[in-house]
Amino acid sequence: MNGALLSIQDVAVELPTPRGNLRAVDHVDLTLEAGRTLGVVGESGCGKTMLSRAILQLLPKKAKLTGRVMFDGRDLARLDPESLRELRGRDLAVVFQDPMTSLNPVLTIGTQLMETIQEHLELDAPAAKRRSIDLLTAVGIPAPEQRLAQYPHQCSGGMRQRIAIAIAMSCEPKLLIADEPTTALDVTIQAQILDLLAREQRRRHMAMILITHDLGVVAGRTDEVAVMYAGRVVERAPTPTLFKRMHMPYTEALLAAIPKLETAPHTPLPAISGRPPDPTRPLPGCAFAPRCRYAAGRCHQAKPDLSAAETAGHFYACFHPIQMAEDVGA
Amino acid sequence: MLNFIVRRLIYLVPVLLAVSLLTFLIASLLPGDLAYVILGDQATPEKVAALRHDMGLDQPMWWRYLSWVGQVLQGDLGRSFRTGQTVLQAVAERIPVSIELMLLAEIIGLVIGVPLAIACAARAGSAFDRFMTGGAFAMLSVPSFLSAILLIYLFAVELRWLPATGYVPLTEDPIANLRFFVLPALTLALAEWPGIMRVLRSDMIATLQEDYISLAKAKGLKPSRILFVHALKPSSLTLVTITGINIGRLIGGALIVESIFALPGIGRLLVGAIYTRDLIILQGVVLLVASGFVIMNFIVDMLYAVLDPRIRHGHA
Repeated sequence: MNGALLSIQDVAVELPTPRGNLRAVDHVDLTLEAGRTLGVVGESGCGKTMLSRAILQLLPKKAKLTGRVMFDGRDLARLDPESLRELRGRDLAVVFQDPMTSLNPVLTIGTQLMETIQEHLELDAPAAKRRSIDLLTAVGIPAPEQRLAQYPHQCSGGMRQRIAIAIAMSCEPKLLIADEPTTALDVTIQAQILDLLAREQRRRHMAMILITHDLGVVAGRTDEVAVMYAGRVVERAPTPTLFKRMHMPYTEALLAAIPKLETAPHTPLPAISGRPPDPTRPLPGCAFAPRCRYAAGRCHQAKPDLSAAETAGHFYACFHPIQMAEDVGA
Repeated sequence: MLNFIVRRLIYLVPVLLAVSLLTFLIASLLPGDLAYVILGDQATPEKVAALRHDMGLDQPMWWRYLSWVGQVLQGDLGRSFRTGQTVLQAVAERIPVSIELMLLAEIIGLVIGVPLAIACAARAGSAFDRFMTGGAFAMLSVPSFLSAILLIYLFAVELRWLPATGYVPLTEDPIANLRFFVLPALTLALAEWPGIMRVLRSDMIATLQEDYISLAKAKGLKPSRILFVHALKPSSLTLVTITGINIGRLIGGALIVESIFALPGIGRLLVGAIYTRDLIILQGVVLLVASGFVIMNFIVDMLYAVLDPRIRHGHA
């Protein structure tokens, strides 16, 4: 698809629940070119993790996926298991949210690194070991040789996430999906891990999808941002454009919810009131309308489509966009 | 690791003491005077009193317990008043039979149970899984004496492939020895594999939901490697426990199965001692068997540490 490495076309994910079908991802289109980075931002439960699982084909067994996930010219959703297996880990890699649970507790770090390398690259054990040591060095693990013989519980959380990143990068993937890679970590470690990811992404010329609930994380670290709400992409723009001139009230609310250093102590944080809508009971109108301070009559009756803004590559789904040209001029 | 072993070994001391006390109490509190049992009902009271004195039966119970423990610690478990054999001789003679039976039964049980558990967990909820889980449940409710009789009927009476009862020592004729062991071991294994399968299956299903299994899939590993390397090891702790308990239990001999197949193992020794009221043998054998059980559990603890590095490093 016009040279894009990843092209998600009309992807929807439905999960059966006792209360009816839950639409976790609702007809999402996204594209990502080789070597570029895309931030996917949204609250918990907005479908961003399900979207990443849909790309990786790691959805729960009962989930139903429709649409196409074109990766490197092939539709992952229709790929046979053996070809998918060869692709995963080699061209398509992932870093999960919680490094405390994503590494196998009973296997050494060396085993978990080397098994990926030996599965996909034609390397013998000593060469795989050398490569593992290089990878651990690259992600900033001191004394990498000793680490290989250790188990995950002997490392700190930040250390484990570095190891998970080393595993993900071990076969030079074309696309790395980082699913909230710093949410489970101490604040002091978060920036280090994000900088490490950004550095390695540039160095290895990987494409990267950075999934987060924190708009602050994607600022300056991604080329493009997609904001998700209730399973849909509600705003998409090149990162600088988004921060300069966001059109979605939801994006604005997300940004306002980030605590800032310059605010006076004890100022209440402008958190987004209410909760995302029940995904098993879709609303007829805009899913954000019940929580939106700009919402008017039409917002409750019809769903706004994703439409192009004045800047190239900027799309938004809102009847009452903010910061439009006329507002700014006024 | 050494620390861990020493700590576990220290735990063994109070457990073994409690075991010895219970064993002693069971034997002592059985109704009937041991002296009468030995001398018979027609014995004169003087003779009984003399024997009671010789055996220390006129001493208070706590004194008898302490002197028994003292003897045991010196390696003297006593001597049967019927056969004159010491407890250790009697056990040494029979334990190879029970151990061979136990090992064969466990091996057959694991060979049936483990692959079935993995196959079921990999396809949890499928028709195959439901059929096997139901089958295992049905097998669990079949008592050994029934499956023993059915197996004898099928393989010994109808097909005439295997002998129904008897025993030849392994050293004399290994092939004949194994032929005698097939049916009893199979009988025990039929009762063991359902338990093995059920616990491993459910642990494995839980493990397969873990994040690290998703990551293993995302790494593009082969399904066999995910099942056998990433999922089996962390799922096998309960399996090790029940295998250990089964082995511990079978060290004491499979009373019913050994009796049905006329195998001269520990189980038969115990049953015989109960029938003939041979309390010294009974008490000594129960103590040895219980100690074996406790030591088996110690070995299971050690295996946990081998399987899970977090236990080895004192994290869990």
